[in-house]
Amino acid sequence: MSSTQAMTSHHATPPSGLMRWLLTTNHKDIGTLYLIFSLTMFFAGGTMALVIRAELFQPGLQFVQPEFFNQMTTMHGLIMVFGAVMPAFVGLANWMVPMMIGAPDMALPRMNNWSFWILPFAFSLMFMTLFMEGGAPNFGWTFYAPLSTTYAPPSVTYFIFAVHMMGISSIMGAINIIATILNLRAPGMRMMDMPLFVWTWLITAFLLIAAMPVLAGVVTMMLMDIHFGTSFFDAAGGGDPVLFQHVFWFFGHPEVYIMILPAFGIVSQIIPTFARKRLFGYTSMVWATSSIALLSFIVWAHHMFTVGLPLVGELFFMFSTMLIAVPTGVKVFNWVATMFRGSMTFETPMLFSLAFVVLFTIGGFSGLMLAIAPADFQYHDTYFVVAHFHYVLVPGAVFSIMAAVYYWLPKWTGRYYDETMGKWHFWLSFIGVNLTFFPMHFIGLAGMPRRIPDYALQFADFNMVASVGAFMFGLSQLLFIYNIVQCVREGDPADKRVWEGSQGLEWSLPSPAPYHSFSEPPDTKVALLLTKGGR
Amino acid sequence: MSSPTTTYYVPESSRWPIIASIALFLMALGAAGTINALESDGQGVSHWLLIAGALLMIWVVFRWFAGVIRESQLGLYSDQIDRSFRWGMSWFIFSEVMFFAAFFGALFYVRNFAVPWLGGEGDKAIANQLWQGFSAQWPLMQTPDMERFPGPQEVISPWGIPLLNTVLLLSSSVTLTIAHKSLKLGDRDRVQTWLGVTILLGLCFLGFQIEEYIVAYTELGLTLQAGIYGATFFILTGFHGAHVTLGTVMLIIIFIRVLKGHFSADNHFGFEAVSWYWHFVDVVWVGLFLFVYIL
Ligand code: HEM
Ligand SMILES: [Cu+2]
Repeated sequence: MSSTQAMTSHHATPPSGLMRWLLTTNHKDIGTLYLIFSLTMFFAGGTMALVIRAELFQPGLQFVQPEFFNQMTTMHGLIMVFGAVMPAFVGLANWMVPMMIGAPDMALPRMNNWSFWILPFAFSLMFMTLFMEGGAPNFGWTFYAPLSTTYAPPSVTYFIFAVHMMGISSIMGAINIIATILNLRAPGMRMMDMPLFVWTWLITAFLLIAAMPVLAGVVTMMLMDIHFGTSFFDAAGGGDPVLFQHVFWFFGHPEVYIMILPAFGIVSQIIPTFARKRLFGYTSMVWATSSIALLSFIVWAHHMFTVGLPLVGELFFMFSTMLIAVPTGVKVFNWVATMFRGSMTFETPMLFSLAFVVLFTIGGFSGLMLAIAPADFQYHDTYFVVAHFHYVLVPGAVFSIMAAVYYWLPKWTGRYYDETMGKWHFWLSFIGVNLTFFPMHFIGLAGMPRRIPDYALQFADFNMVASVGAFMFGLSQLLFIYNIVQCVREGDPADKRVWEGSQGLEWSLPSPAPYHSFSEPPDTKVALLLTKGGR
Repeated sequence: MSSPTTTYYVPESSRWPIIASIALFLMALGAAGTINALESDGQGVSHWLLIAGALLMIWVVFRWFAGVIRESQLGLYSDQIDRSFRWGMSWFIFSEVMFFAAFFGALFYVRNFAVPWLGGEGDKAIANQLWQGFSAQWPLMQTPDMERFPGPQEVISPWGIPLLNTVLLLSSSVTLTIAHKSLKLGDRDRVQTWLGVTILLGLCFLGFQIEEYIVAYTELGLTLQAGIYGATFFILTGFHGAHVTLGTVMLIIIFIRVLKGHFSADNHFGFEAVSWYWHFVDVVWVGLFLFVYIL
């Protein structure tokens, strides 16, 4: 502990109480804020999902009006994407990147605070729309024109500015992460020595900086069309509603990779630990991640196969999309090869990671089916698409976040969570997720359209299963909260290393990690030794 | 990794970011409310929120930067922090590039696909079924629905004001570079002169652009409502103009800082950041001149 004191002594003690959190420039405090914010949004968005599933439990209209149902699907999507998944990853980056590369903090600590504190305000703006005249946005999380322009409720203006704020926050957060990784690595740590979580975040940050401004551009054009008489998305003036979709998906597809690349990084940290082997194919992992990121800019129109693209467009986007499956396959192969003949144990983070590998791969395969343009004419806008993206996002992105929380919680708090309860949380979530989303493949293929509050009788059984699963999944998340709280309050003390097989610089710090991670650059040789193992 | 740092500098907690968040929130709330009020009769308080937020934001930015400058002058910053600032500014400019890319992309799409299809040419000529009698042309003078989107009578010739503005902006990049070179040589008088010239060139550019907009609106019928030509024209030139305005304000601040003697020959990142920004704005203009005016 003496080293801890030496590190904090030459810094004034942080202000206490609420002020500490409002004014903090500390990467750990800010990481915690992001994670708590994300968890809050996860429950808010989750509640909306349960409203949707309650309505869909049976055919016919039971609980809500179609108008409100649309608001729920829209808000659910927006909140989960921008409020739950993205901030969770940024929170993890804040906590872990400086510790993994031997840095004292993030490169631009004050801007870091700003990136975070914009978010609660942006989402306040978003939630306010629920109480406005005409209701909240009801045009889907993809807000296609003209639904979001000509036919939008007045609250769309607030939505646009909320999106702008989220964009500003994400861009600044990403700039900070890039600057940290490029500039604050421990002396002697080369790029190819970095742990994979750091690598994947570096590339994600690049995607964010490239994609978020395009989102800002598209909502700006919307704003102009709605209020200032332009005709970007109106054919009557020579524009084109399809233009909206192009610009949106030019942002949107990189966005889905923003939500999965850090997950790849997390799983690449956890699997080696519990397989007690080094990660198989480190270099190929880095290349695979980079090529996924680059390819993600030339596949966007696979979301628009049915909109009426020229034939060359259909073909180009079909093949480029399929190409992404190659580096993705490399990754899955590497994870499996890492486990091959490892001495594996199955603690909660490992369980979530294993489920990630299996279930994300299912989502990847359904993605491949959707990528076949002629087949997509049948699948598009059905529940099959809903099944696809929930498989990559829930047991994909969200499971990886949970795995990360269980994995690093002892490092953050200095205490172990209750392993038995962790396993309960995992198994209930695992069953819940599959009950919810697997049947959606079937009803989708059978032709049930997405985004409707009512449906034909033949879809009733599977919908009922899905709703039961959704409530099961939702309620099991209360266990997650319970586990975290009980770990913080009364968990057994954890040692430095936490896990028997863990490797990497973050494990060379005491648990809980000191307020400022490394106030002096760690010893080069030690750093290298540790990260070599950690990767 | 030039010089190995021995200790890291981490700033204390700061109150600026949270105030800036509040300012941003007020601005967003106020702007949305004000814009929505344009269509209804009620006025409300929104525009006051917007103004309050903007003033608060200006104040915060000043105070925040003042603090950073003070820290820099106290010598708290190492080479490493300097590099972090550089990375930060470079990536910020890259994000701006992508912002403009969205609008350039929209322009290319409309010109090469949407308008020809509407006019019955190419792969998706079927779009013409909706607007029979419409024929494609660029600049689009006759929109499909002339009642809702009356096309412009005339568009702006590239060889008048736009050419002049190109010359102005390109030479401003040169003068700024001269100022920078002089700064590196430690010749403060020359820095002031050339920086001053740069600012004047920027102001002239803006003056001409305002003139151009007035002509467009009052004489040519080229407005935001004039169909897709007007829309792309104004969004591209408008955002560019906004960036020139911001760039000019930053140049003026840098000028004041030069007068105050803030910069030394080897430590003047603030100056460099602004000049990067200015060059970026310049490059965007070249793109505009080419794709919006000439082609
Ligand atoms: C092997 C990789 C993947 C392929 C080939 C793929 C392919 C596709 C295709 C073709 C669609 C459009 C379906 C349609 O609307 O008809 C789609 C939708 C979607 N994908 Fe993927 N995908 C892949 C991975 C991912 C990942 C990793 C994520 C996110 C983490 C993701 C998230 C989404 C989302 C959110 C949608 C639906 C958007 C909407 O319309 O609301 N996909 N995918
Ligand atoms: Cu996609």
